[in-house]
Amino acid sequence: MFRTTLLAAALTAAFPAFAQSDLDALRAELKEMKTAYEARIAALEARVQQAEAKPAAQPAPAPQADSAPVAGRFNPDISLILQGRYAHLDDIDERRIEGFLPAGHGHGDGASRGFSVDGTELILSASIDPYFRGQAILALLDEEVAIEEAWVQTTRLGHGVSVKAGRFRSGLGYQNEKHPHAWDFADSSLMYRALFGEGYGHDGVQLKWVAPTDLFMEFGAEAGRGAGFPGTDRNTNGAGAYTLFGHVGGDVGTSHSWRAGLAWLSAKADEREGELEDLNDEHAETLFSGTSKAWVADFVWKWAPDGNARERNFSFAAEYFRRAERGSLLCKDNTPAGACNGTADTYRSSQSGYYAQAVYQFMPRWRSGYRYDRLNPGSVDFGANNAFLPITNHQPTRHSLMLDYSPSEFSRLRLQYSKDQSMASQNENQWFVQYIHSLGSHGAHKF
Amino acid sequence: MKRLLVCLTLWAPLAAHAALNVFACEPEWAALATEIGGADVRVYAATTAQQDPHRIEARPSLIAQMRRADLVVCSGADLEAGWLPVLLRESNNPAVQPGRPGYFEASRFAPLRDKPASLDRSQGDVHAAGNPHLHADPRNLARVGAALAARMSELDPARAAAHQARWQAFSARWTAAIAGWEARAAPLRNMPVAVQHTSFSYLIAWLGLREVAILEPRPGIDPSVAHLGRLAAQLQADPPRAVLRAAYQSPRPADWLAQRLGVPALTLPYTVGGNARAGDLFALFDDTLDQLLKAAP
Repeated sequence: MFRTTLLAAALTAAFPAFAQSDLDALRAELKEMKTAYEARIAALEARVQQAEAKPAAQPAPAPQADSAPVAGRFNPDISLILQGRYAHLDDIDERRIEGFLPAGHGHGDGASRGFSVDGTELILSASIDPYFRGQAILALLDEEVAIEEAWVQTTRLGHGVSVKAGRFRSGLGYQNEKHPHAWDFADSSLMYRALFGEGYGHDGVQLKWVAPTDLFMEFGAEAGRGAGFPGTDRNTNGAGAYTLFGHVGGDVGTSHSWRAGLAWLSAKADEREGELEDLNDEHAETLFSGTSKAWVADFVWKWAPDGNARERNFSFAAEYFRRAERGSLLCKDNTPAGACNGTADTYRSSQSGYYAQAVYQFMPRWRSGYRYDRLNPGSVDFGANNAFLPITNHQPTRHSLMLDYSPSEFSRLRLQYSKDQSMASQNENQWFVQYIHSLGSHGAHKF
Repeated sequence: MKRLLVCLTLWAPLAAHAALNVFACEPEWAALATEIGGADVRVYAATTAQQDPHRIEARPSLIAQMRRADLVVCSGADLEAGWLPVLLRESNNPAVQPGRPGYFEASRFAPLRDKPASLDRSQGDVHAAGNPHLHADPRNLARVGAALAARMSELDPARAAAHQARWQAFSARWTAAIAGWEARAAPLRNMPVAVQHTSFSYLIAWLGLREVAILEPRPGIDPSVAHLGRLAAQLQADPPRAVLRAAYQSPRPADWLAQRLGVPALTLPYTVGGNARAGDLFALFDDTLDQLLKAAP
């Protein structure tokens, strides 16, 4: 009431030119508003009284939101992978996959004989704030810490879209995003060793979209520095590597599930180093500059009775790649006996390969598995260097059998036997005894 | 491909106006959400009663369902620690991330039992927050249901009145049913039972059963034959009336011990869908009580 008068007074003061009739109209309007509000307040009060009079139908239980010990909520989830092995291998001076330019070696490239600690990894992850999450995976080596992954990812964009930035494993293929502790075998597949060394990682950005459909569909694109094999570090502003990938997947009944994917990778290399044996059986150094383009197709199928994987389960995975490299290759020998003479000429290759593996958990804790690797050196053209470098038609193959025992979800012991024919001169029986243990937070694994 | 994208873009806004999409980690929460939401919700149960909720694969189909969910209802207390984080991460759905209204953990709304005094993995797969199998006490379902009805009303204000009305109706029936079950369960008081895993702690506490043995030497660790042999010898003098296991657990250890002791091995449904009869929440407890009463003295 007082306010109305005040407002009217203020208005009169503010607009002295207003005619008395205008002011009257304004007053009437304000009065109308006031009565309307008073009526609504009265109605609300009546409803509150009504509600209070009614006995509470069900005493609302006090939420126990804070009674649970939320230990370390602000600390990142930390897990430490402890992995070690005993390997019984032949004494092979220079391990290579015949017919393929050697990929850069990842850590734990599987060549050391006897006892070794390989793949000690520290994994930290957490939500950063309401908008981002982050993860770092550090590989701890002697006198060295390698940053396997260090990325941030958006969590709030919506519409099924997320953006990841930093160093991350590319979303291409099936095995690629898995770190050694999550592998089903003691070593990497020949296909991944030939393609990437261990797995393809970027320093860059990834855009991923998950479709709002019953059938699982995700599509992603990445642009990165492309420093890892098959690319090299280049002194340039632009991106050195691009990938595109897509996955689809779903269930068949309650017992079966599957996922299939297709990916494309294009990387630029500038003087990528490699070592080959030339026609005089001398170590020759090669430098490749050009582009490397690869297609990777992957398929995974998993089975568990009624979808209950605890007792028994089976999984099948296969991946196939085709890679074409175009550019120039320089070949030089550091010994006078070598064949190469420092000639740089065109290099073209078109190669392919695949692996297929099956893993069966036949009783709780026990799994057995078989993997078959096969690569096709395809066509390789060294140009003028054809005179100095051998061209092989040996198809590298490997059979692997493994048996593992997991006392709990956090520990695993594995025995593996492989018959490795990666090189024409090689027919090697390999034995691995391996342990993989994880300390700390529960690592949830992808499909 | 382009046509597919166009179809998806056209279809997405339509889907937004549809019923509330509820992603329930376990069948009991799917049943509860259905009781509250009725025809106003579309409920997807991520697991069945035949699946061990600790060990679920983060399958592509689950990611696809979570991508479209408006509300994720899970037990929490680390029960789903092996798979839910992957689904949350891979689904790119901000509405259901922890801390948002679209993320609902049942364990936040009921008092949890068996909180470990110390956290050490040498004690097995212990859950830091306490035992997550809280739905085995029907009073907890009432507590969680009230909170879930409030959450669903918050997320879908247009249908809040309908949610609340359905919840009130269910709650009244549920309270009456609990009174009925408690009256029928009088003979079960102090009845000794052995269990395979701590999945029935809440049921045992509610009915006043006496848990004399757990078959698993540590939570989540399967019993060895030697361990079972020792248990059988220990229990021979004063055997339990029954050995209990959930539908999803392996029958072997429970059957072996029950046979050795000459007592029945009961396969309790554990959750909705655990056997042919346990089709809804009421039938779940009806069947559980009937089975237990058969073993009562």
